[in-house]
Amino acid sequence: MLNNQGRPTQPEKASAGHRTFTGNRGLQMEEALIFETGRLDVTGVDCEVPAPFGARLGGLERRAALDLPGLSEPEAMRHYVRLSQKNYSIDAGLYPLGSCTMKHNPRLNEKMARLPGFSDIHPLQPQSTVQGALALLAELGHWLTTMTGMAAVSLVPKAGAHGELCGMMAIKAAIAARGEAATRRIVLVPDSAHGTNPATAALIGFEVRAVPARADGTVDPAAVGALMGPDVAAIMLTNPNTCGIFERDIVAIAEIIHAGGGYFYCDGANFNAIVGKTRTGDLGVDAMHINLHKTFSTPHGGGGPGSGPVVLSARLAAFAPVPFVRAGATGLELVEHAEGQSFGRMSAFHGQMGMFVRALAYMLSHGADGLRQASEDAVLNANYVRAALNDVMSSPFGARPCMHEALFDDEWLKGTGITTLDFAKAMIDEGYHPMTMYFPLVVHGAMLIEPTESESLASLDLFIMTLRDLAFSAKRGESERFTGAPHLAPRRRLDETRAARAPKLRWTPPVPVAEAAE
Amino acid sequence: MLARIGVASLDELFADIPAAQRLEGLLDLPHGASEMAVERQLGALAQRNVASGSVPFFCGAGAYRHHVPASVDHLIQRSEFLTSYTPYQPEITQGTLQYLFEFQTQVAALTGMEVANASMYDGSTAAAEAVLMAHRLTKRHKAVLSGGLHPHYAETIRTLSHMAGADARLLPADPQADEDIMAQIDAETSCVVVQSPDVFGNLRDLRAIAARAHAQGALLIAVFTEVMALGLIEPPGAMGADIVAGEGQSIGNGLNFGGPYVGLMATRQNFVRQMPGRLCGETVDAEGRRGFVLTLSTREQHIRRDKATSNICTNSGLCALAFTIHMSLLGAKGLRQVALVNHARAVALAKKLGALAGVEVINQSFFNEFAVRVAGDARVLVERLATAGVLAGVPYARLAPQAGLDDILLIAVTETSSDDDADALVAALAGALPC
Ligand SMILES: Cc1ncc(COP(=O)(O)O)c(C=O)c1O
Repeated sequence: MLNNQGRPTQPEKASAGHRTFTGNRGLQMEEALIFETGRLDVTGVDCEVPAPFGARLGGLERRAALDLPGLSEPEAMRHYVRLSQKNYSIDAGLYPLGSCTMKHNPRLNEKMARLPGFSDIHPLQPQSTVQGALALLAELGHWLTTMTGMAAVSLVPKAGAHGELCGMMAIKAAIAARGEAATRRIVLVPDSAHGTNPATAALIGFEVRAVPARADGTVDPAAVGALMGPDVAAIMLTNPNTCGIFERDIVAIAEIIHAGGGYFYCDGANFNAIVGKTRTGDLGVDAMHINLHKTFSTPHGGGGPGSGPVVLSARLAAFAPVPFVRAGATGLELVEHAEGQSFGRMSAFHGQMGMFVRALAYMLSHGADGLRQASEDAVLNANYVRAALNDVMSSPFGARPCMHEALFDDEWLKGTGITTLDFAKAMIDEGYHPMTMYFPLVVHGAMLIEPTESESLASLDLFIMTLRDLAFSAKRGESERFTGAPHLAPRRRLDETRAARAPKLRWTPPVPVAEAAE
Repeated sequence: MLARIGVASLDELFADIPAAQRLEGLLDLPHGASEMAVERQLGALAQRNVASGSVPFFCGAGAYRHHVPASVDHLIQRSEFLTSYTPYQPEITQGTLQYLFEFQTQVAALTGMEVANASMYDGSTAAAEAVLMAHRLTKRHKAVLSGGLHPHYAETIRTLSHMAGADARLLPADPQADEDIMAQIDAETSCVVVQSPDVFGNLRDLRAIAARAHAQGALLIAVFTEVMALGLIEPPGAMGADIVAGEGQSIGNGLNFGGPYVGLMATRQNFVRQMPGRLCGETVDAEGRRGFVLTLSTREQHIRRDKATSNICTNSGLCALAFTIHMSLLGAKGLRQVALVNHARAVALAKKLGALAGVEVINQSFFNEFAVRVAGDARVLVERLATAGVLAGVPYARLAPQAGLDDILLIAVTETSSDDDADALVAALAGALPC
């Protein structure tokens, strides 16, 4: 039984019909939590036993219980291998999550990041012993500033949102340096923006003001002009935007912002569509983060880690955080303490080195020619999917070309009783990860499809045929294929309402029967 | 493909880029290179660094070299973990969700807290977010930062606080752990931030500070940079901490020149709705089977936008997995044992160094890292020892050049430092110091 939001309300009978003793279904294993199977007297690591010695813990020895069971190596292998088998991945199939850029993650990157000269060096070793690492930072910075045509780069930020924070803090520092901190408090953000944009602005005390979009999904310079004033610090604009469209009036918007004394922050999460096609600096941008975990193929790892370097215009370069690398008298040196106008430090150490190595390996492998082609192929693939689905699904902004992702709304599902969520879940039964759903918020029931350049034509064709089959099925009213979906995944739909109502966020030992009865 | 799209050329798809800003030629960057050529180029850069495993090595100060079992790195490279996204579709990401639930349980147990989130970027950013969380909970805006806090952490907190319009008062560097932080807590204080083991290695008793903070309606934020210590020392949760923020790199994750690492954050159950970051919770599926989902998302940016508790989105997922697997292999028993070896080796080295003329161990207590006062500038000494092939530790002045503690050297000893390594350090120091 599902409630009106499509969430389950009461148990249904097993859809596979075939009951097993273990609950396993062939290769699909039920796997307990380690706390239920591990034992407190087991450890899977070798460890010497020190000779008795006088501890110097100052009387602060641990007295609190530590009920963490251990697993032997074979037990741990089996447990985590079985868990892994419950996951979808790019390596296993097309992963069309719009905005997230699930492209192939070359394994050369992994190999390079694991060279001991990169993986086994300490961030605070003497700088004379890490000249190769500093050269790598400088080289990555060179690629990023060249690709974007920007004056400077900070490699510090640990993900896209952290990059936004970096760029917006540089802007805030620049405004303070002009003596306008008290007056310029507003940041303009279109409603289509990713949630991190308004969250970032608000985190550092800016007030967020919405910019309306035109009927074609882009921002109207006139609308920006109407909002621009001496109280506006900056605009945060995503380009290509979250509807998968290049903001064709971006240069005019930049001019309006600059003329009004503001700064232009660009969310570069979608930079993967335009590498080698245009340069951020030429568009009038002052700061932009680049998600290395999107455009430059570092793996998403089930949610992280990422890396979000920020490129800065000449107007903002001096406000960049520490640390950064520069040429010194005896080689490269890290500047670790704020000088001049730098806004200071925003995290320990120097950034996500492990991600830098991977991203640079990708850049070197592709080169100027390959990077441009990757963008072109990503845009080609997205348009191919868009064109092939356009007659069965509905596009909020008409049948116009898109950049690297194709956006549909749920207009075409009207009257079928099937929602975007249902459609997405039915894709799971067909062996696909769903597209991004309900984002951007400005489009009703949004379905944002980003195939990336990694997919072959054959792969795209099969995906398209599958979505067309599902679409026809939905229109024929075969709602059982959708509303109960997924039927064939390791789990049926999960009860999210129940999870949030009485949050159970950790394992706790079962209450013994006798106590429970009291 | 172009025909099906209905355009004559690829360029038509890029027609929205203003003509004046369209790049016609290639970027001024090299052409693509073969796999072998890239390996050669990056290999050459890697060669120019001194790997910690190749020399006697004693650097810590927020990043620690520990032995990570081979199975950990093997498992985190499984495609299903490595190349999946944030588990927004729980039916096909139960693998990620279940390990996050295990991770949260382990972190809560280690820190002695009720709940933990599914990771932050690193310890320093977790600490900065913890301070903002305390401001939301207390509706006050003043933080007091201990002089035992890692200077990078203190700066990270101060940058964010300053930008957010909040006040973060940092006490002077406190190498002997004898500051009177309690005197700084008043009725306007939102939180006190205390690190233990602190940056000098001292273990701090948090109980009296917690009591004083609570009496004033303030919160205690406990910070650590060496999570391994929690195998041996009383966890912050048992000493009254309200929020715990720390670095989890030591378990499961390598040094990686500073990142990626994994920020740990834990708190009390009744504070959870003000917590930043993702949370994984238990529930059931439509057939009544146990399953896991991301939950309490109304705290997060994708739902709440400018009212969110944080802007964090991508976190440290795979590093959290490495932590979880390593911790599962260790178990409480293994963790305690490894922690004990760390401590034993540190105690033995401190004793040897203390016997050298020109070296004074300043700590009363410590876990696996301690501070020594040396004759002269520790930065110069460390450079000299590096030339002799020994990475002797981190000069405090590298972290805080203005503190007037140029003669303090932080020395970390883990299970990876052998007796020979320790002897090499003692000999090198004896040779390098003027006596
Ligand atoms: C458009 C957009 N902006 C910002 C972000 C935030 O990036 P991150 O998750 O790396 O913090 C994302 C990705 O999640 C995004 O799609």
